Amino acid sequence: MCGIAALQLRNPSLHPRMGSLLSSMLCQIVDRGPDSAGLAVYNTPGLVSAGTSTLSLLGKDQGMTTAAITAGVAALLPSDAAAAAKVVGDTTLVSAAVGTDLLVKAVSEILPGSTIIGRGGHVAVMKSVGHPMEIAAEHGLEAMAGSQGLSHTRMATESAVTAGGSHPFSVADDLCLVHNGSFSNHATVRRGLKREGVVFDSENDTEVGARYVASRLKQGDTLEEALVNLGRVLDGFYTLVVTTADSMAVVRDPIACKPAIIAETDDYVAMASEYRALAGLPGINNARIFEPEPGKVYTWSL
Amino acid sequence: MVTLTAPEAPAVDVLKETTVDLAASTVRELNQAIHNAEDGQAWTVTNPGGKHSLAVGINAGIAVTIDGHAGYYAAGMHQKGDVTINGNAGVGLAENIMSGTVHVRGDASQSAAATGHGGLVVIDGNAGARCGISMKGVDIVVGGNIGHMSAFMAQAGRLVVCGDAGDALGDSIYEARIYVKGTVASLGADCIEKPLREEHLTELAELLAAAGRTDNPAHFKRYGSARNLYHFSVHNSTSY
Repeated sequence: MCGIAALQLRNPSLHPRMGSLLSSMLCQIVDRGPDSAGLAVYNTPGLVSAGTSTLSLLGKDQGMTTAAITAGVAALLPSDAAAAAKVVGDTTLVSAAVGTDLLVKAVSEILPGSTIIGRGGHVAVMKSVGHPMEIAAEHGLEAMAGSQGLSHTRMATESAVTAGGSHPFSVADDLCLVHNGSFSNHATVRRGLKREGVVFDSENDTEVGARYVASRLKQGDTLEEALVNLGRVLDGFYTLVVTTADSMAVVRDPIACKPAIIAETDDYVAMASEYRALAGLPGINNARIFEPEPGKVYTWSL
Repeated sequence: MVTLTAPEAPAVDVLKETTVDLAASTVRELNQAIHNAEDGQAWTVTNPGGKHSLAVGINAGIAVTIDGHAGYYAAGMHQKGDVTINGNAGVGLAENIMSGTVHVRGDASQSAAATGHGGLVVIDGNAGARCGISMKGVDIVVGGNIGHMSAFMAQAGRLVVCGDAGDALGDSIYEARIYVKGTVASLGADCIEKPLREEHLTELAELLAAAGRTDNPAHFKRYGSARNLYHFSVHNSTSY
């Protein structure tokens, strides 16, 4: 059992409330996965900014000060890249006005032991072990603005309770994936992806799903096509939520073992494991509320 | 089989009407209060907020109205009385219901009325997967569609679907009767279509009336057990 809560805000006037709304949703899914948690927020001022790439690194302690990280990364990048590093909660964010690949290269050189848990121009990813509400508070979720938010509370089954095993898994620019369930053939799919040169960060089954989706998107699939293909290749139980810079997708396995409920209004699309996570959203009484059909891919774009 | 009649207003003393606001009270307080309730009382639950285990284990002839959406296992272990949910219900609605009625005006998630022994469960909207799984005598009327694997291993009772049924309807069914007005995506193992005879039209009319519906019984098809699987035969071993 795990908990998922995701929110895509269609009405920009709700952007300032993204963090507080997501936090109220997260609060209701803690029981479903109290061992660790993760958050992904999109277009949050103070965490990401237009025209720059941002990397989210696991842990606040990278073995050197943020000033040293900034200086080290800046030295490897063009002089106008305006590299910057900061700590938010238990996450270190490094940004610069260069492409993501270049920034990854620089950060990997300065901090070879670091784990990159989020990357792109729009997303910041934060995850840790412990009570989900404490993790959210430590990162200051309540006060965050943004266009989309994704949260996950984990009850670990397929791999150990570690921050690295927490969701979301963000393995390509602005792409995040969270999972309630378990993939049974992840080792087989992992071996296939490794043969294609894909590098993994963890032993987690969900990371295989995320790497698979990233691999399909790279080959030209749309988000919907990538998730249809995932259904053909990965076996097991799943409710997945996948977000990109401007879209959100939900899919359940064809047996629909894991719960999901969606609320849609002119102002937002919200998805959660249980209705109680949606109950506090504005205008919920007039929202279109439905459970996604088994095996059907739903996508919404901003 | 119990003969059903159109629902009547429960004999409720309005002076005994009680409201429990779940924005102020806990689910445990609600359930304890209705366990202490006496026959004839009416209870209204406000601000349910999708909380789990609302109005479970009712053992008195009371009427409980939940104004809003309920979470998992609403009206579970229902022994007596009438529960109305003015909203949607989560997983496991009226699980193991013994008698009485449970009426959901919206949709119900999966495993509605699972293992129910008796009583009537009415869902005005759609029901998810596994509706009536292992039903043992409960009657279920769904106004909309039902999901896959519904009436799986159903042993007794009746399931009426006014919309469409998902895949593997009635898989490994024993003796329940299933009536579907719309299409059936596929039938499960040992579930077959059966003739709709006069006695079936009669019981279907009773069930529809009890659910407050006006659908024409003649527009339904009946499904039930081919009885090939439930006596073990080694020749069937590949079918299990």
